[in-house]
Amino acid sequence: MWKLRGYLKPYWKASLLAPLCMLLEVYMDLLQPKLMASIINNGVLTRNLQHIQSTGLAMIGIALVGLLGGIGCTIYSSIASQCFGTDLRRDLFSKVQSFSFRNLDHIPAGSLITRLTNDIVQLQNMVQMTLRTLIRSPFLAIGSLIMAVTISPKLAVVLAVVLPVLFLVLYLLIRFAFPLFSKVQNKLDQVNTVLQENLTGIRVVKAFVRARFENKRFDTANNDYTAIALKASRVVAINMPIMMLILNLSIVAVLWFGGHQVWESSLPVGDLVAFINYVTQVLMSFSMVGMILMNVSRAKVSADRVNEVMSTESEIKDRPHASEAAISQGRVTFDQVSFRYPSQQDLALRDISFTAEPGQTVAILGATGSGKSTLVNLIPRLYDTTKGHIRIDGTDVRDMALQHLRTCIGMVLQESFLFTGSIRDNIRFGKPEATDEEVEAVAKAAQAHDFIMKMPDGYNTRLGQRGINLSGGQKQRLSIARALLVRPAILILDDSTSAVDLGTESRIQQALRELMRTSTCFLIAQRISSVLDADKILVIDEGRIVAEGTHAELYRHSAVYQDIYRSQLGKEEVAHG
Amino acid sequence: MAEQPSRAAEPGGMRGGNIPPIGMQMGMGGGPGGPGARGMAPKVRAKNTSLTLRRIWGYLGRQRASLVYVLILTAISSLLSLAGPYLIGTAIDKYIIPKDYNGLVWLSCSLVAVYLLGALMTWYQSYVIIGVSQRTVRELRKDLFARLQLLPLPFFDGKTHGELMSRTTNDIENVSNTLNQSVTQLLSSVLTFVGALVLMLMLDVWMTVVSLITIPLVMLLTGQIAKRTRKYFTAQQQQLGELNGFIQETVSGQKVVKVFRREAKAAEEFDVINRKLNEVGIKAQIFSGTVGPAMNVINNINFAVIAAVGGWLAFNGLTSIGIIVSFLNYSKQFGRPINELANQFNVIQSAVAGAERVFEILDTASEYEENKGLKALTEVKGEVRLRGVTFSYKQGVPVLKNVTLTAKPGETIALVGPTGAGKTTIVNLLTRFYEIDSGEITVDGENVRELEKNSLRSQLGIVLQDAYLFSDTIRENIRYGRLDATDAEIEAAARLANADAFIRRLPEGYGTQLSAEGANLSQGQRQLITIARAILADPAILILDEATSSVDTRTEMHIQEAMNVLMKGRTSFVIAHRLSTIREADQILVIDGGEIIERGTHEELLAEQGFYYHLYTSQFKRVG
Repeated sequence: MWKLRGYLKPYWKASLLAPLCMLLEVYMDLLQPKLMASIINNGVLTRNLQHIQSTGLAMIGIALVGLLGGIGCTIYSSIASQCFGTDLRRDLFSKVQSFSFRNLDHIPAGSLITRLTNDIVQLQNMVQMTLRTLIRSPFLAIGSLIMAVTISPKLAVVLAVVLPVLFLVLYLLIRFAFPLFSKVQNKLDQVNTVLQENLTGIRVVKAFVRARFENKRFDTANNDYTAIALKASRVVAINMPIMMLILNLSIVAVLWFGGHQVWESSLPVGDLVAFINYVTQVLMSFSMVGMILMNVSRAKVSADRVNEVMSTESEIKDRPHASEAAISQGRVTFDQVSFRYPSQQDLALRDISFTAEPGQTVAILGATGSGKSTLVNLIPRLYDTTKGHIRIDGTDVRDMALQHLRTCIGMVLQESFLFTGSIRDNIRFGKPEATDEEVEAVAKAAQAHDFIMKMPDGYNTRLGQRGINLSGGQKQRLSIARALLVRPAILILDDSTSAVDLGTESRIQQALRELMRTSTCFLIAQRISSVLDADKILVIDEGRIVAEGTHAELYRHSAVYQDIYRSQLGKEEVAHG
Repeated sequence: MAEQPSRAAEPGGMRGGNIPPIGMQMGMGGGPGGPGARGMAPKVRAKNTSLTLRRIWGYLGRQRASLVYVLILTAISSLLSLAGPYLIGTAIDKYIIPKDYNGLVWLSCSLVAVYLLGALMTWYQSYVIIGVSQRTVRELRKDLFARLQLLPLPFFDGKTHGELMSRTTNDIENVSNTLNQSVTQLLSSVLTFVGALVLMLMLDVWMTVVSLITIPLVMLLTGQIAKRTRKYFTAQQQQLGELNGFIQETVSGQKVVKVFRREAKAAEEFDVINRKLNEVGIKAQIFSGTVGPAMNVINNINFAVIAAVGGWLAFNGLTSIGIIVSFLNYSKQFGRPINELANQFNVIQSAVAGAERVFEILDTASEYEENKGLKALTEVKGEVRLRGVTFSYKQGVPVLKNVTLTAKPGETIALVGPTGAGKTTIVNLLTRFYEIDSGEITVDGENVRELEKNSLRSQLGIVLQDAYLFSDTIRENIRYGRLDATDAEIEAAARLANADAFIRRLPEGYGTQLSAEGANLSQGQRQLITIARAILADPAILILDEATSSVDTRTEMHIQEAMNVLMKGRTSFVIAHRLSTIREADQILVIDGGEIIERGTHEELLAEQGFYYHLYTSQFKRVG
């Protein structure tokens, strides 16, 4: 948590002024009982009306000065904490933007979102509270302690007995409560998980008629949560009564011993009253500190989560002197490339070597999980190779500026993710300055224009979250249009027509051939029909290239390819073919 | 209990029953409440407060007795807290100043008794109320979840997950906190206020008048501050919502952002929203933060006035020092309830609004309610008929027009056609996820409208387009198809679906834990698991909606073999783009624009040289 203190640095003035103003307020507050004692001792008891009046006015004046301090503290602490939160959030967001795919695989999106929203708000509140109350309470406690001691050192002995007891109780409570809090959080996560899953998978639940099963699952999570929350709340609930009891009993003690001192005339009555006030304040403050400490220890969990993101470094970075030279031709060479995902033991790709010439279309076929997507993800350095080199126009991709490298590569991911906003903005995502004509041209190429025009608002139709109002095939076609718009030197289509029917797909391919004549194109596909025209077909199996060539070559020589072919066409066609 | 005006006592309150809300800072769906937003942010105001309150009262059910009990305890502990200052004042006036040793002994003992009893009451009162509120919200949460299970799909289409999550979490939590804190606090505030007033009047009428001088000031100030705060808090909540929405979307689509190098742009946009939030946030915090110092200064002024005027009165022999001391304490107890009342009112308002949103879901009609007294489907031969079925998701935009088809028992029906033609819609209607506008669907001659939905659905085995898996082990995910299946049966199903091999290659095999997003499996592998799930369910009628679109064709061929075994003797509906999958079907229905435009076997349709012929030849015409 302490690591984040740097975020207060730019606002050090405010962060310093806030407690200083608080100090002023506290000091003014501390004067009040003393003055009140003076009214009783020097005014009422000595029958000095003048003194009563002037002291009363002084008290009001002091209260007003205290108000200035209080408001000052509020202003400065608000500025410091809000700016702290804003800066932290900004940096955290930028950090997430710099994440590599590997980082993103490591921390799921849901968790990142919670960190960016909830956790930061928690921390922001904590800073604010610290600057206001956490500083105020100890000041007030120590100040009151000093005042109490100056009034009657003998009576202050009561505090010497009570304070350790108070601390002990606090310590025990925090020790018991804190582990409970994290358990509560875990159980709550479970409740949320069941809920989230049921919302997302509601069709599956309904299709399998599992409502009763899910209800039971939820009940378990719900009951577990309730049980632990009940326990935690009840532990916390002990805090207040015990604190109050300690406080009140020490007041009785003060009254008792103080009464005796008054009788011995070693203590004026007014001082006794003031003393009782100071004692109340000391104990109140300490129990407040306890409450706050409990909150702080909860904020620590948030700080840890934020720091985890902050300390995650993207392993994919520009090397010094990275080349800014344009990709002129788009010749892509894989040179004995191997790759392993960090969480897995086996290599996902082994010794991949091939060359894609400029303007060529390279198709990649292979079984589910054979490494096709992994292979194309290496080209724009979404992941870095474990071994071997990938070169574009002779330059190792790791020696190219990332920003530059990716600008020259257009990619359609397997999962077509669209953003809230108009269809036009979604297509323009990679090139916001594109004209409407350009947008329409690529939409036509991606066979999306027709269905877009059928929509009530055409290109201005707004899409719901994740393009919820479109079918799978429509989403894929928009994703393709989006990638085409950037006119990349290298285009990668990762199984991006799987939900598109055959007729549409072949029209898309036709259009691509015209539009992307000079681009090198990588195409992952399931259907042979999609790859017939490719200049080169790579057949991948368990991370290796098992066959390579054109359709005609592979059809003649590759058993694996024939096997795939047969699986799609049926035996007769092969025989006739 | 003598105390100098101290704000330290204000937040959190040194009162019983005041338990800081625990843990319920929600996960994804529920946006975080603004800093200190509780009680300040005016959420949507409740529409019908009294009705909602009555329903909550109904919800308390068996807890009602406990609640009454809590109220009694609260009343006692409030009165006890008033007794403290009274006794201290008495001690000073009657025993300390006149040097009455025995009296002081007696009084100290009674003080100890009062405080002990008070602490006990406060503790016990919180103990009970925590139980009441936690159990009540547990029931509420349970009912809400159960209701969600009953709601028809169109309900879910119209709501975002975030919204629904927020209702089950934030809104319910709001209710819980209110029950937990506000109700008892409200009562104790009122009691303390009245009690203090009575005691003060009994002690000294003039001093009471003096103490009340600052009350209008308190009301004026809190009112003014609250008005301003509300404005800024609304703005802050709005800005926070916008920011969270932006975060949610950008981070979910982070990979797309990366691929299109929009990182800098995203950061820029973020910065703008973030800065706006900062501006309103600071204002909201400053205004709401002013309540503290303002109350403090009022307390201090009150303190000064009582000390000075009380001093003057005592000077003239009109009052005693002990009474001044008592009043200094009462005035404190007096100002706080007023402040709290205003605060609690807002909290309760927002909780009632939250409860209203929860009840709104609970009141939404179940899709099963009309099922009462309907027939259960048990032995199914598998004859499915659609007669003149017309359907639209949105009124006036029909997705299916007058569709008629017959599937004889054991037949395989393939649905073919361009995306958006309405194939998936047919599946949605067979399962009765949606209700048809006109026409009729029958299974074994029974109109599906007259069948229990659940009995119908349990006869259908469905593999849906998006392979949804739960965050559990692979084994449990497959078991979802039939809960009483043994491990051996699960593995057999996986083998049939061709999933066994890759599952065994995973380090933990069938015990591999899947994450909710299933990031650790490829799309194709996820589909294989869902197929295994459907195989395990062993349904009478099988529906495969693009079940194998992300599976490579050789794997698909293996699955197909398994499916062929499975489909034997079962009526099956198959939706696929790959014609190789469907050529064996008994009937192929070509759908376009919501209508069946061609029907027949593979050979018949090829001979017809129509739409199907073109689809087919576009795939193969250049081959060989």
